[in-house]
Amino acid sequence: MSVQAWTYLFVFLSFSLYIGIAIWSRASSTKEFYVAGGGVTPLANGMATAADWMSAASFISMAGLISFLGRDGTFYLMGWTGGYVLLALLLAPYLRKFGKFTVPDFIGDRYYSQTARLIAVFCAISVSFVYVCGQMQGAGIVFSRFLEVDFTTGVLIGMTIVFFYAVLGGMKGITYTQVAQYCVLIFAFMVPAIFISIMMTGQAVPQIGFGSELTEAYGGGYLLDRLDGLSEQLGFATYTEGQRSTQDVFFITAALMFGTAGLPHVIIRFFTVPSVRDARKSAGYALVFIAILYTTAPAVAAFARTNLINTVSNAEYVSMPEWFSKWEDTGLITFDDKNNDGIIQYVGDPETNELNVNRDIMVLANPEIAELPAWVIALVVAGALAAALSTAAGLLLVISTSVAHDMLKRTFMPDITEKQELACARGSIFVAVLIAGYYGINAPAYVAQVVAFAFGLAAASFFPAIVLGIFQKRMNKEGAIAGMVVGFTFTAAYIIYFKIINPAADSADNWFFGISPEGIGSLGTVANLVVALTVARFTPEPPATVQEIVENIRLPGEAIPR
Amino acid sequence: MSDSSSSANSYWKANIRLVLSLLSVWFFISFGCGILFVDALDTIRFGGFKLGFWIAQQGSIFVFVALILIYIRAMDKLDSKYDLDASNESAKSAQEESQ
Repeated sequence: MSVQAWTYLFVFLSFSLYIGIAIWSRASSTKEFYVAGGGVTPLANGMATAADWMSAASFISMAGLISFLGRDGTFYLMGWTGGYVLLALLLAPYLRKFGKFTVPDFIGDRYYSQTARLIAVFCAISVSFVYVCGQMQGAGIVFSRFLEVDFTTGVLIGMTIVFFYAVLGGMKGITYTQVAQYCVLIFAFMVPAIFISIMMTGQAVPQIGFGSELTEAYGGGYLLDRLDGLSEQLGFATYTEGQRSTQDVFFITAALMFGTAGLPHVIIRFFTVPSVRDARKSAGYALVFIAILYTTAPAVAAFARTNLINTVSNAEYVSMPEWFSKWEDTGLITFDDKNNDGIIQYVGDPETNELNVNRDIMVLANPEIAELPAWVIALVVAGALAAALSTAAGLLLVISTSVAHDMLKRTFMPDITEKQELACARGSIFVAVLIAGYYGINAPAYVAQVVAFAFGLAAASFFPAIVLGIFQKRMNKEGAIAGMVVGFTFTAAYIIYFKIINPAADSADNWFFGISPEGIGSLGTVANLVVALTVARFTPEPPATVQEIVENIRLPGEAIPR
Repeated sequence: MSDSSSSANSYWKANIRLVLSLLSVWFFISFGCGILFVDALDTIRFGGFKLGFWIAQQGSIFVFVALILIYIRAMDKLDSKYDLDASNESAKSAQEESQ
């Protein structure tokens, strides 16, 4: 069977599974639609959280970026996992105790203000849109290469599938589909990693293979030493040494951590379990499930990089395998024979380098480069789609609850019935899918970068407001509102300036304190905190009822009635 | 009320102490060993790894997992010490609600 036949088979099987689950777990009430009825077990919620949060960026893009960044790629690894520690220790148990449906719900009630609620709605929708574009883009890359359809058609297929099960099942459908998607994506990520690790180092565990010696066929010596040697020889940066400034790596890591803890689609997952204790537990499960992929990714990055260099460097163009020309068709690999010798010069110097490889394709191309069997390649495709679609679905749900619940029910039209609210929620998913698809087709950067911006925005807006809301009884609406507005505006302005208005100036010389747009969210977080605490000092303290709510969420036990 | 609120107070204080000590380990490993002192640690080698590089790309993640697991354990203990372990009760009420 050819790669394409296997791909169609796996994609068809996995999609039927997701849709089957969505039909089986159809939501009938708003509570089921928003928080799956609050009855999900911690284990299932842990898996769903892991799938929800590990997106196309984690699955497709991250290992590829690391294989080009070397040690600097660390900020993705630590940033995206370290944030879970913050989430588990500072947010998850208290938000579960608070027991509402959404993040704007918490902000609105804790800060006794419709203005605060609306600002939170605005931030949640902006963050989710930036994030969901990255997912659609990821799905588009996968479809266009492996189903050999047009990129736009690829995005459209992805949109249709997500729309179908998000609308039908709501949170309940999404949760159980995500459990299935986690299983598919982790299996799909691990199988090729194990295969390649055995081929290259004789070690079945990729995490150990990462630090082992290569087999005879690959030239012997430790993998990382060999990779450093190859990189130096060809004029690339040394793999295990950093190129970016320490402060930039520091700030990007911090932005990704605070962002992980502030992402609305991850936070609402903790509303779906029955108790505070379960919320704590499921944060633990989630990180364990995530860590399986995240400790494998740097190994995959190193394997892929070594393999790529071995295969293409100084090889004849005409003797390149089939995958090379197929990726060339998508425009994601380009070869320009500058000295017309018919041989690929893949070197660090841009003057003489003849080969450009898009970072987003490394994970997808890796099994082909290593000449693994066709079914493994098809499996990776199914896994990548699971990663992209599960996150997209979670994000769309945030957008729809923000519109139907926070904006209509809680603010502008408090009299609508549950049925009408549900209809609005489903309608807003439809609109959101269309917009997300449009931006997925016309995306401005690599998947993981687009996603990093979403994290920066979440960090600068939500994270301080929620943490202060729990740990600072004295924090009032004036402080929280001022903090969110300043943090969000500052971060968004910085990103928009360097990425859209004046991309030519986007270099370390012009950055504020040498912090890149990916890392600016952490400075936004600090600005938010400082402004919030200062303003709160000079304005009246929150009413007694609100202070009582804060006392109450600090203790586990009986949830506040919804 | 004053009795239960003073016990609530010391519960909260114990909670804060736990969270702060776990977060200082979190900061030391990730920002300290993984970023600030990474070059110094890279002079130490084990197997095919430089220590700083390994902590940055793998070791820190294992520590994060351990921190959350310790937190779950410690909080469960703290809850039963202060007799706040109402997970059964609230699970029951959640079930009633959904019916």
